[in-house]
Amino acid sequence: MEKNIKKLEKIARKVRRDIIEMIFEANSGHPGGSLSCVDILTTLYFSELNINPEKPKDENRDRFVLSKGHAAPALYSILANRGYFDEKLLKTLRQYGSILQGHPDMKKVPGIDMSTGSLGQGLSVANGMALAGKVSNKDYRVYIIMGDGEQQEGQIWEAAMTSAHYKLNNLCAFIDLNNLQIDGEVDKVMGIEPIVDKWKAFGWNVLQIDGHNFQQIFDALEKAKKEKEKPTVIVAKTVKGKGVSFMENVCGFHGTAPTLEEKNRAIAELLD
Amino acid sequence: MSKKATRQAYGEALVELGTINKDVIVLDADLTKSTKTNLFKERFPERHFNLGIAEADLMGTAAGLASCGKIVFASTFAMFAAGRGFEQIRNSIAYPKLNVKIAPTHAGITVGEDGGSHQSVEDIALMRSIPGMVVLSPADAVETKKMIFEAAKYDGPVYIRMGRLDVETIFDEATYNFEIGKANILKKGNDVTIVATGLMTIEALKAADILEKEGVSVRVINMGTIKPLDEKTILKAAKETKFIVTAEEHSIIGGLGSAVSEYLSEIHPTKIKKLGIYDKFGQSGKATELLKYYNLTSEKLVEIIKENL
Repeated sequence: MEKNIKKLEKIARKVRRDIIEMIFEANSGHPGGSLSCVDILTTLYFSELNINPEKPKDENRDRFVLSKGHAAPALYSILANRGYFDEKLLKTLRQYGSILQGHPDMKKVPGIDMSTGSLGQGLSVANGMALAGKVSNKDYRVYIIMGDGEQQEGQIWEAAMTSAHYKLNNLCAFIDLNNLQIDGEVDKVMGIEPIVDKWKAFGWNVLQIDGHNFQQIFDALEKAKKEKEKPTVIVAKTVKGKGVSFMENVCGFHGTAPTLEEKNRAIAELLD
Repeated sequence: MSKKATRQAYGEALVELGTINKDVIVLDADLTKSTKTNLFKERFPERHFNLGIAEADLMGTAAGLASCGKIVFASTFAMFAAGRGFEQIRNSIAYPKLNVKIAPTHAGITVGEDGGSHQSVEDIALMRSIPGMVVLSPADAVETKKMIFEAAKYDGPVYIRMGRLDVETIFDEATYNFEIGKANILKKGNDVTIVATGLMTIEALKAADILEKEGVSVRVINMGTIKPLDEKTILKAAKETKFIVTAEEHSIIGGLGSAVSEYLSEIHPTKIKKLGIYDKFGQSGKATELLKYYNLTSEKLVEIIKENL
């Protein structure tokens, strides 16, 4: 496992470099929330998901929904590094004619299971995927990453009821809890706490981890798989802008591209 | 003439469809008895899911199921499907072109007693504006059933607008052939054309009968598909008759009348009179009372045509 974690750390650094380069090149995009979910995404795509880049539409594959679709650069880098498409395309992010839209488009990018971007809609979709698995007696699992600000959307709670009601134990959700949204700190814009109690009250198996600790991510995923009755939500404490010192916990980097100087500093910090 | 509500035909069609196609999944939002999806639920409980009073979630769940190869029929009242679920339909279903059939009932003012809050006269406009959305509006029970089967065969999002009220059966189940995007000419005529949809089709036929007796030759077109519009049939009517009257149980803004006008104004400017709801909310009352109050009658069609001949 130790060796495995070292490998994941290396991939995560590469993904973070990609994110910075992509958003710099596009001069547009969301670095903060992309960087905060990198370690979770890396673990999922390089250690957990039952997927095959050669067969992106395999009906027995595990599914993944990036409900916080503005973190698209992280997912694009992950998919390219996992072999779904040529890494060279990463620099076309948000450009006219590119498959890499500002938010994930499942019709354009191989490996993307659902088009997302409008917040609050991902969990309902993940429920549908999990229900389809149950109806068809398939044993694939469905994973989703939501944002913490996204918890303010009412549809999340409609969906949370559905997952528990239909005992979707084949569903595992992450909340990327970085405590920042566009207008500032989540608890100041519209408080979501006590978030753990809320999900427990909605009938979910709730786990809490440090979203940058690979061992804790592994362990939580294992626990989720052992749950027989309930859907699992992993409340992952993360740092917005993680890995780039001057972006960490800075609200301004929610949706702002780095300057050339900032990009160079960031890349220097993220070298292996 | 026998009468049956389009929603009743929908429930019955789902049972038939579910029998031959195991991929069909039906979703509802606490209105299974009203939308008649309870008929499917009784027969195939393992393929029917009630999402509770949560229409946004209903649409998203439908999208997820469809992304995994299911043919999903999602039902609630038209107000809550097209209205509350608009953005979920747009972003989770239509943007990724998923195979979801949004099949609401209780469209239009004939919901009746529940009043204006429940009377969707804007849903065609909303759904028609979504790129790639197919919009269907059956005139009777027979057409409803054919539409449900065609919608299931079609790969992509479809909106099928049904009503609460029992409506007269116009079509013969053995001979009627519905094809998405094809209108049906129910009556040939050369003076004027009525293009009607939903429960206004029977009113159009009645109006044509009255006018025929007075020597006016009326062409009646049933427009089961609002989008994509059967432009060929419309253009032919515009060229061969003096003017066109559209008739729908929907706002005159954004519905069938708008669709016909938008098309003809660009290609063959034609005099068009629109019969529908004139920028008003509905109100409580018996369905038949409301149809009369809002002038959605054969008598009004006759009047409009006589005034414009």
